[in-house]
Amino acid sequence: MGEREELYRLPREELLSGGHQGISGYGGTIAVRQALKALGPNTVIVVPASAVATVGGLNTSTAWRIPFVHSLFECAPAMATGIRAALEIKGKTGVTLVSFAGDAGSADIGFQSLSGAAERDEDIIHVCYDDEAYLNTGGQAGGTTPAGAQTVNTPQGKPTGKKDLLSIIEAHGAGYVASASIAFPLDFIAKLRKAKERKGFRYLHILTPNPATWGFAADQTIHIARLAVDCGLWPLFEVEDGGRRVTYAPVRRVPVADYIRAQGRFRHLTGDQIAAMQAQVDASAGGGR
Amino acid sequence: MKLPTTPGAYQPGNMGVNPRTAGWKSKAPVLDAGKCDQCLKCWIYCPDAAVEVTADKVRFILDYCKGCGICAVECPTAAISMAGV
Ligand SMILES: Cc1ncc(C[n+]2csc(CCOP(=O)(O)OP(=O)(O)O)c2C)c(N)n1
Ligand code: SF4
Ligand code: SF4
Repeated sequence: MGEREELYRLPREELLSGGHQGISGYGGTIAVRQALKALGPNTVIVVPASAVATVGGLNTSTAWRIPFVHSLFECAPAMATGIRAALEIKGKTGVTLVSFAGDAGSADIGFQSLSGAAERDEDIIHVCYDDEAYLNTGGQAGGTTPAGAQTVNTPQGKPTGKKDLLSIIEAHGAGYVASASIAFPLDFIAKLRKAKERKGFRYLHILTPNPATWGFAADQTIHIARLAVDCGLWPLFEVEDGGRRVTYAPVRRVPVADYIRAQGRFRHLTGDQIAAMQAQVDASAGGGR
Repeated sequence: MKLPTTPGAYQPGNMGVNPRTAGWKSKAPVLDAGKCDQCLKCWIYCPDAAVEVTADKVRFILDYCKGCGICAVECPTAAISMAGV
């Protein structure tokens, strides 16, 4: 089936209403919209303190058309686990339980509950949407912020590298682990559909560029997300019961410099520093093509 | 037990009724229908559910659109231009 046909087969229904409070060109809500095309209405979503949690609620209004639980920062996977247990006791089957957390809510402050749920093989899907900073509180650096990126609290660039949460969750022995990108919606949706059909703990990690904190114009969000994949810094793959598969390989890799130079947060990096990043990408698995 | 709730509050998707975001934009997308081949890329990439597809034709919901311009950049046939509002 071609790309066009696949897009036509997706449900038109919007389970996150327009009019939400996300900033213009925000990658997080692109990820939510695309995810809901795969997850469907029979889903309960738990979102911890984060930008995505904030944009869907205002005074007495909600943008969500599925049950939405705003959890504390540390515990979205634990809450999803508890809701699953409650549904089981009530005899309700066929509900997809998703904890949908930012990178801090997954890799840093939320890590213990994520790790616990993965280790216990809880019957939930965790999606980490990764904007590589603590967006909701002003864009501070965190574990998944890449080396060199300027943020409000790393004005000279982050000295240490990006925490590899995908490998960490894979090391927990999770049945399904996959990376994704908002620039490749059909790849993301296919992975979520596969995850939805499975039982036990499933993990997806989607890169969601953000214009203001990364330093690019709001119309470039998808373009930047695509460059991350096409330069080899954000490979698209899945690991199903231990079997690893690349789901998209760029025909020809674009230089890492194209990705780096397009973002204000890396503007201070020298040519040598970018060449070192390129060498790292080339040396990594599948590199040098 | 039924817990008390605020009347009218938190109806599914009620943020989309009379949205306050309509006035956020400085630019809005304009479709050149003759160039559009209904590929749905603008629809799947929009952050704001502001592209509606009816009878296989796309249309912008300007109350939801924040004028980011992603649709114009991603349209493969350059059928969308951004105009000041
Ligand atoms: C225990 C705790 N510490 C700090 C906060 C304040 N806080 C709310 S959201 C947030 C950052 C969220 O970052 P992330 O999970 O990456 O999501 P993003 O906002 O970037 O989408 C912080 C620090 C909090 N709500 N609870
Ligand atoms: S992306 Fe362009 S060609 Fe495709 S449906 Fe939208 S306006 Fe039409
Ligand atoms: S300009 Fe942005 S918000 Fe408006 S329709 Fe296009 S993609 Fe959606």
